[in-house]
Amino acid sequence: MPATTLSSLLTPGAQNRPIDKIGAEERASKFTKRSIKKEAKVQGIKLAISMTDLTTLEGKDSPGKVQQLCRKGITPDPQDPSVPSVAAICVYPRLVPVAVKALDGSGVHVASVATAFPSGQLDLEERLKEVRQAAEDGADEIDMVISRGAFLAGEYQLVFDEIAAIKEACGDAHLKVILETGELETYDNVCRASHIAMHAGADFIKTSTGKVSPAATMPVTLVMLEAIRDFHRETGKIIGMKPAGGIRTSKQALHYLVMVKETLGDRWLTPDLFRFGASSLLNDLLMQLRKQTTGVYQSPEDFSKD
Amino acid sequence: MSETPTWDYAPAPESSAIVNLKEEYGHFIGGESVPSADGATMETINPANEQVLTRFAKGGQEDVDRAVASARKAYDEVWSKISAADRGKYLYRIARLLQERSREFAILESMDGGKPIRESRDIDIPLAAHHFFYHAGWADKLPYAFPNQTVNPLGVAGQIIPWNFPLLMAAWKLAPALACGNTVVLKPAETTPLTALLLAELIQDAGLPPGVVNVVTGAGETGAALSSHAGVDKIAFTGSTEVGKLIQRTAKTRNLTLELGGKAANIVFEDAPLDQAVEGIINGIYFNQGHVCCAGSRLLVQESVADLLVEKLDHRIKSLRVGDPLDKNTDVGAINSREQLDRICELVESGKAEGSELHQSTEDLPEKGWFFAPSYFTGVAPSHRIAREEIFGPVLSIMTFRTPDEAVEKANNTMYGLSAGIWTDKGSRIFKLLGEMNAGVVWANTFNKFDPSSPFGGYKESGYGREGGKQGLAAYLEVK
Repeated sequence: MPATTLSSLLTPGAQNRPIDKIGAEERASKFTKRSIKKEAKVQGIKLAISMTDLTTLEGKDSPGKVQQLCRKGITPDPQDPSVPSVAAICVYPRLVPVAVKALDGSGVHVASVATAFPSGQLDLEERLKEVRQAAEDGADEIDMVISRGAFLAGEYQLVFDEIAAIKEACGDAHLKVILETGELETYDNVCRASHIAMHAGADFIKTSTGKVSPAATMPVTLVMLEAIRDFHRETGKIIGMKPAGGIRTSKQALHYLVMVKETLGDRWLTPDLFRFGASSLLNDLLMQLRKQTTGVYQSPEDFSKD
Repeated sequence: MSETPTWDYAPAPESSAIVNLKEEYGHFIGGESVPSADGATMETINPANEQVLTRFAKGGQEDVDRAVASARKAYDEVWSKISAADRGKYLYRIARLLQERSREFAILESMDGGKPIRESRDIDIPLAAHHFFYHAGWADKLPYAFPNQTVNPLGVAGQIIPWNFPLLMAAWKLAPALACGNTVVLKPAETTPLTALLLAELIQDAGLPPGVVNVVTGAGETGAALSSHAGVDKIAFTGSTEVGKLIQRTAKTRNLTLELGGKAANIVFEDAPLDQAVEGIINGIYFNQGHVCCAGSRLLVQESVADLLVEKLDHRIKSLRVGDPLDKNTDVGAINSREQLDRICELVESGKAEGSELHQSTEDLPEKGWFFAPSYFTGVAPSHRIAREEIFGPVLSIMTFRTPDEAVEKANNTMYGLSAGIWTDKGSRIFKLLGEMNAGVVWANTFNKFDPSSPFGGYKESGYGREGGKQGLAAYLEVK
């Protein structure tokens, strides 16, 4: 276990900077002032669709529901072939086999939340078992949760070790590490947790489970994007970002893309490095896209609710 | 990783259709638009495309005499007689009308002065309205601002406005003057007279008695005629230190407030929130193309984080969008005038010649119009001209320090003393440094934040007197 990496995180340096709350929030709000019109809007909406992790994480999820969602993800708008597929379908581990079958050959990834999502309150062994099973069943991406209790108790080494162990259990699957920023509360915590996750092997860092309020916000995402930028400068490694929960409108999605572009650069504007974790966002993107291409306002009823 | 095409923002220009420019503008004297006595006019130019926007009257001694007489008459016959509550009502009305017509004012401000519409829309105009609202509230409460004292207005105030915040500076000066019971002769800058003239129309719509506010337009001589006029009881000037000194010598009144130049230090300690500090540095020096007297034009950064900070700053300035001021996505607009652009270029050349290294965000500037790329210098010595003289453009001079004492010494090592910034996570250090900085405004972990309730003004060659807040009221009152 590269524990030396962790201790270097805790000494004052670029990785362990304080975040000024007012300044971070002010900067985040500036991205919402950008005016995205015409071709830029069409291109941005299509990009956002291709970055969506279309998600269903409910107790009542069934194979039928997942199949329906997979079809929607492959062909979001059957009337318009120029609309890309989404990036992934995100489901609970038990439904991974259903999604794998439904998405076979489509290029759409299967993402699975694992590690006793959303609380993470199980023994590490149990969580590792769940991760291995999901990966074995064909999940391309694993969305894990960190042990927030341990983090808030200052047990950073434990958090680091758990992430590293889960990364190993993922095998070839990509690992997204959910910080559950709504429970970490301060931006200083978010920044520190981001660095711990990236050093421990995360491919993506992700804001939230969607089960805790607040979920993703612009400032929290900004703090994480800046951590990704610092990590890249220090290590040369490129980490992805996934805000999840609370992003419902095209306008919000475009604001996030502006923030990614102006914080990390165009290089990060790809589904390989940026995702939206969302369920209701997709239909709004489709609705605004058709409005943009036809010039006519659309009704929510014109799009299937899956 | 797959190659991704870049995602560019499409042009998003604000339409200027709402602005109806007249072919020619007169002075605003005694509630009417009047031409100059000698009929002289001059042009105002849109700095973003170098096209003439319109013509306006070029005032001479006779016009200034008329305006001062008109203000005196309005003071004697009307303004000093009406109740303080009524003065407040007029100010509230001006504030509300300004809010209602904010879009028109914002667009005109950007056309005449070159500042990005994002700033005129979100900062200049709302803040101008805010100043009228704030001072409207004071009008009938002046005894509470100066308990156990008696306050009287001064009489006729002559106010000379700079070109960097044409409407906002007019509001800064008009609102307290009127709230305190004075009448005014206002002289806007020669490159940016239009929003002051539109404000004159608005003041007429608000039903303010004729002569309470008069506007005389023109160039330097017009301002000199006003500032040396025997009939004014108060001079408020915002502009260069050079002109400020001249006014100090020639003014007939002892009631002077001068808000002059600056060369503010923005001090970043190693424990600072660096990403937010970068935003503060950007906002400190590139806000309004650096045409800001309190701009954070000297960056003092602790050696241990200097490389990291400069790297972050370099990354950030590349995302600044320079261009059409009316485009809603423009961050840095046009330099106000050819003359100012020449001055910036001359100082930048001196920086290079003296051995500092110049870094710029882009070389891709619009072909027409006066633009200068956001720039910063590294390897600057405190003796260099770019570390001592006010550039008044988007050019930052970066120096380093090792200890807090050295930071304070370098920060105070200037003939100016208008503003300063401190960036540190340590609250106790902020309070200690506050007492040690010779600057009228000190921002901690932020920069260029303005509020009508906060007094603004300088030390040393940055001038004297305060504007805004309770302290600002005193500048327009005789306190007994």
